[in-house]
Parts: sequence; structure tokens; C-alpha cells
Amino acid sequence: MKNRFFNEMYDAAGTVRPHYRAYADWLANTPAERIARKRAEADIAFHRVGITFAVYGEEAGKERLIPFDIIPRIIPAEEWQALQRGLRQRVKALNAFLHDIYHDQHILDAGRIPREQVIDNAQFRPEMIGIDVAAGIYAHIAGVDLVRAGEGEYYVLEDNLRVPSGVSYMIEDRKMMMRLFPELFSRNKIAPVQHYPDMLLENLRTVAPQGIGNPTVVLLTPGAYNSAYFEHTFLAQQMGIELVEGRDLFVDDDTVYMRTTRGPQRVDVIYRRLDDDFLDPLAFRKDSMLGVPGLLSAYRAGRVTLANAIGTGVADDKSIYPYVPEMIRFYLGEEPILNNVPTYMLRKPEDLKYVLAHLPELVVKEVHGAGGYGMLVGPASTKEQIEAFRQRIVAAPEKYIAQPTLALSTCPTFVESGVAPRHLDLRPFVLSGKNIDMVPGGLTRVALREGSLVVNSSQGGGTKDTWVLEN
Amino acid sequence: MLSRTADHLYWMSRYTERAENLARLLDVTHQMSLVPKSVDAENQNWGAILALNSLESRFAETYDAVNAENVLRFMVTDPNNLSSIFSCLRAARENAHAVRGTLTSETWESCNMTWIDMRGQKFEQIMSTGIGQFFEWVKLRSAVIRGVTFGTMLQDEAHYFIRLGGLIERADNTARILDVKYHVLHHNGDEGATDFYQWGALLRSLSAFEVYRKVYRDVITPARVAELLMLRLDMPRSLHACTRGIVRILETIKNDQSAETERLAGILHAHIHYARIDDILKQGLHEYLTDFMDRIYELGEGISKDFLMLSSGNQ
Repeated sequence: MKNRFFNEMYDAAGTVRPHYRAYADWLANTPAERIARKRAEADIAFHRVGITFAVYGEEAGKERLIPFDIIPRIIPAEEWQALQRGLRQRVKALNAFLHDIYHDQHILDAGRIPREQVIDNAQFRPEMIGIDVAAGIYAHIAGVDLVRAGEGEYYVLEDNLRVPSGVSYMIEDRKMMMRLFPELFSRNKIAPVQHYPDMLLENLRTVAPQGIGNPTVVLLTPGAYNSAYFEHTFLAQQMGIELVEGRDLFVDDDTVYMRTTRGPQRVDVIYRRLDDDFLDPLAFRKDSMLGVPGLLSAYRAGRVTLANAIGTGVADDKSIYPYVPEMIRFYLGEEPILNNVPTYMLRKPEDLKYVLAHLPELVVKEVHGAGGYGMLVGPASTKEQIEAFRQRIVAAPEKYIAQPTLALSTCPTFVESGVAPRHLDLRPFVLSGKNIDMVPGGLTRVALREGSLVVNSSQGGGTKDTWVLEN
Repeated sequence: MLSRTADHLYWMSRYTERAENLARLLDVTHQMSLVPKSVDAENQNWGAILALNSLESRFAETYDAVNAENVLRFMVTDPNNLSSIFSCLRAARENAHAVRGTLTSETWESCNMTWIDMRGQKFEQIMSTGIGQFFEWVKLRSAVIRGVTFGTMLQDEAHYFIRLGGLIERADNTARILDVKYHVLHHNGDEGATDFYQWGALLRSLSAFEVYRKVYRDVITPARVAELLMLRLDMPRSLHACTRGIVRILETIKNDQSAETERLAGILHAHIHYARIDDILKQGLHEYLTDFMDRIYELGEGISKDFLMLSSGNQ
């Protein structure tokens, strides 16, 4: 049982892997009381700074702390190099795909992806057809979820191309580790991550509309009741840009302005943390109080850049996910470096038949779902739960995909009973502008419940600092 | 700075100042009521507070009679009365919460703690401890918030909008207190000792009793009280001190559309600056103060239009 999962720290024989040796030594030689004291200190500090998130479905306004674990996830340099190449390749292809489907649709003409899968997708935005976005970039910020399975192979679980969140935890986790255990950073050569906000700002500035010398960048938030509001205030403050709400902006003559005490000030780039549907009540949801009337029109006129672009959701939809390797071959003429998880599409009768017969082994997900809501993890579910989910699938098979249950890798983690292996994933944040760039590593999420494979913070997940070791 | 941010700062400050001045007004009314007089006359004084804030009909919805206890309950702890001290402190805290990132943590915490303490107080409890003590607490908390704010915050635009909100509110409130009390006192025609205590209470409510002694070194006369509270530049709660502060801040924060507001403020300031108390009393103090309050209101509208959000729901 112990060897069923790839352990990041120990090999099959129970020996510490080379890149974890320095840390394991330190852990073995540090008194348990010191560790306990530091863990308590971390808890207090996170509470005081207010690094919390709101949970949907719980009492309104209630905020929870995301548990932080002090055992880092360590990635050797060569392994990261390979991952980085794979991520660059994948995000490049996804951006090419988005440009293509909103322009000439070559990939659909070539029959590589069924046309109706794209055009009839709820996330496809006909409003975007024919619009030339700045620098041809759609997904400026991508949060690509990676997992490690089996013998240590990485797989892409999903490409988050709309408003991926979590980067503030990556930065705060690092800050916390450096504060609690400075000695670890002198013993190990750990690639820094705290310059992410600078990279992001630089990236956003390079995609300003043409002819703007010194662009004004703002961060658009849905407001204080959004679950990621802490991150919005954090990033705006770190980048030194204004944190605006929809009502702070207005559009006049296809130009976006913010209302300031010195009068209207033109806005050139909007890093928006607001879903497409809410951006502009004149174009999308009429009842949206969060958006800016006329924003789409200004955007279409090329007077403002939205990051990410409108309509990126079609490329990270779970029904499109199986075709990403095909996009890489089609646009780049390369073989994919990162693996896709084999995926059954339940709209296909033969896939549906197979999946219904194997539900206890599979993970079934809603095509448009996110955040770990509305999914079935076969091996972790009761008979009743599986049967209930079966009814939902049969009622609307096209709404679901299924994947084999991956044996996600584990990492030793502090839990109530001591230190025990828990499952992990990794979300690097890939920035696309003039270049495609990222800080080494990303956010490591860990499923704290024993045996759980769901790492989402809304489902009881925690985080770890992620170290990419430099040679 | 974002207009919305400035708006929250400005109103945070206005509501705090308003709570303080309401405590001052209620305190002086309460103290004046301790001097023996007819029940009718006393209830008239309490009624005047409602009239001053145009709250007679709101009051009548919940309370049957105008008397000390009902008016105090309505103006101190009634959460449904948006002008009560309770509601003002809540509104101040809500505005502060929205711009927490702009405030120093000390400013935010003092504002938040004030609200948390207010929320925990029941009217009966306040009355049994002595309402005077409660009014002292409100004034003290307002002083703490102001002190912490100006003692810790960077002197940038945020600072100016906080200050501006406080001055606009204070100018209006001082005029109101003087208007309602001067009227009552002057027309009662009380003589001698009673008169002294009444005017003394009014001065104390504006923290001006010792100041009066120091400035005039003479008996208290209505004309001097009016002069002190209106025209003395060195008296921090006077109309003159407020309008001068407003003019100076508007000069600092002015933008392309604020010229008219600056002009209105300048006229109002000059009006006070060159006024003589004899002329004002001859013209009629009530008329003069009513006109002043109208102009302050207009100025507030101008500031909102030129610098702040128009749809914030604060008032």
C-alpha cells in the first residue's frame, strides 16, 4: 500500500531522494518543540495579516484560513526545466488556438477538433470573432494544474485560462518559510518567487494598446465579498496599481476612464478578476452590477486591453481539454512535452458505456465545473453516492467527462497524528506577453484528509511552499 | 486617488464628527434640563432637537410622546434612526472598512473598536450608568480616532479628504447647536444665576467654557458667546476656523472641475472673516445661521460632485 503512490521525498526503498537530503537532515535534527512553536507562529501570522478566503455555501462573510504546511515540496532543477519547456509549449498552443478560433478557424476546417464542440460551447464568445487583441495574446495569465502520478510522470489536469487564483499564497508561503526557518535558505539554493508581481506588471504593460507610451494598469475586482478578495488587494498593492470596482470605471467615446479626485483618468490595461459574464451589462449579463457598461465596445475598438481576454474559457473547458495535444501538433508542429490525462467524453456513446460500467474506478467531472465542486471520485465514494451520480450522468451525459483515478504523488505533511504522506498538485502561473515566462515552481496544494485526492481549498486543501532547487 | 476611496474617507470622518457633535448637543440639552422649569418648556427643548434634524415624522412613527427619554432613546441607540449616534458610528466603521487598505492599522482599529463597543451597549444600561458618562465616551472615542488618524497617517490626499469631511460636518454642527440653543436661551429671558448656568452649559458642550474665560475675562453675554463660536479664528470649533480650513484644503486638492466649489468656499469664508457680531445680531442670528447651513450644504454637494462618488449612499 505504501508504495502505491510516488512519494516526492522518499524512493521506493524508503531512502530520502537526493534533492530532499538537506531538508530531511534539518528536520531530523530540529527539536519537535521548535517545529511546533514555529507552526503555531505561522498560524497566528496568517490570521493577523488576514490571508483568508471566503467559502461559498457557508455563512455569509465567514472567512477561513488556508492551512499551511511547513514541509516544502521540492523540485530538482532539471525536472523544472523540462516542466517549464512543456508549460511554454502548451500555453503557446492554447493562445494560438484562441486566436485561430476567433479568426480563420483553420483547426476546425482541418477537422482536428469537431466544429460544434467549439462553436456551440457556452464559453465560446461570438463577440470576439474578428477582434485583434494586443500582441495576439488571449491568456496572459494561465494557472496550469499539474499532478504527478505513477512512476513520477507529470500530467496536466486542467488549464485555467480565465481568472486563475492562488498566486498570493505562493508568495505568502515563501515569505512565511523564510521568516520561520531562515537557516533552510542558506543551506539550500532555492529559486526566488517573490518577484512575481513585478513580472506580472511588466507583462501587463507590454500588452497595452498600441501607441500608449506609459500605460495605466488597474486591477478590477468584483469586490470585498469575492472569495479571492485578499489576493486582489495583495496583488494591486504589490504592483502599486489601483484596485478598482466596476463603479470606479466608466466608458466615454470607447475609452475607459477611472473616476479619481483629479478627474477622469484614462485606463489602458485592465487585469480583471471578474468573469466574462459580469464584465459589461450592455453585452453580457444585464443584471450585472459589477461590470462597466460599454467596456466590450471599448475593447473591440482596441482602446483597452483586458487580461485575460474575453472568451478564453472555451480553451480550458473540460470538453476541449482532450484536444490540447492536437493543438500543439497543429500550431507548433511539435509533440507535446507534457502528458494529458486520458479522458472519456461521455457525449460519445462508446465512452459513456465504458464509464458507466467502471464508475467505482474513475473520476467524473462536470464539463463546465470548477473548484472541485460537482465531481465524483469513484474510489473514495460510497455505493449510494455512485448511484446518485450515475443518475445525473444518464440524464445529461454531454455535461460530463471521466478520467482514470490518478495515483497522485504524495509528500510528507504535518497532520494531527504526526507526519504522514498526503496527495499533492502543482499550479505554476504562466505569463504570456512579449515572451512566455514564469517564476520557478508555483502553488503546491495538498489534500489534508487521509486518502483524499481533492486539493481545492474549498474542499479542505492546504498549501506548501514550493522549492525549485538551483544547480 | 480613486474617487470612491476619497468618498469613503470623507464620510468616515463626517460620520465620526457627526456622532461627536450629536453627543455634544444632547449633552447640553440634558444639562439644561436639570435646571428647574416647566415640563412643557423642557419637552419643547427636546422637540427642538428633532426639528433641527427634520426627524419629527420619523420619530412619530415609533414614539408617542416627545420627552427626554424618548428623544434620547431615538437619538442615541435606535438603529432604525439613521441619524442616531449608533447609526453614525456604524456608518463611520463601514466606510472605514471599505478602505481599510488606505488607513493605518491604528486608525482602522480605533474606528472598529468604537463600533464594537457601541454595538454592545443597551439604552437602559447607558441610562443607569448616567448618560453624561456615555456622551463623554463618544467625545473621547472621536478624539482618539482623530488623534490616531492625524498622528499616524501620511499627509497625502487621503489625509486631506479625511480633514475636509470633518470640517464640513463640524461647521454645520456648530451652527446647528448654536442656532437651536441661542434661540431658546435668548427668548426665555432668564435672568441671573439660571442664565449663567445655561450659557455655561452651551459653552461647555462646545468645549468653549474655559476658552471663553480666557478670551473675554468677563461675564458671559449672549453676543460674546455667538462671537466666540462663530467668528474667533483661534477657536477650533468656530465657523470661522472651519471655513478657513475648508478653503485651504480645497486649494490643495483642487482639480479641473472644482473652481466653482472653491469660489463658494471662498465667499463663505470671506463672509465670516469680515463679519461683525453686532451686524449679525441686528440682521438676526437665526437667519444668518440658516443661510450659513444652506451654504455649507451646497459646498458639500459641490465637493461630492467634483471629487467623490455620486452614488455612494452616504448623506
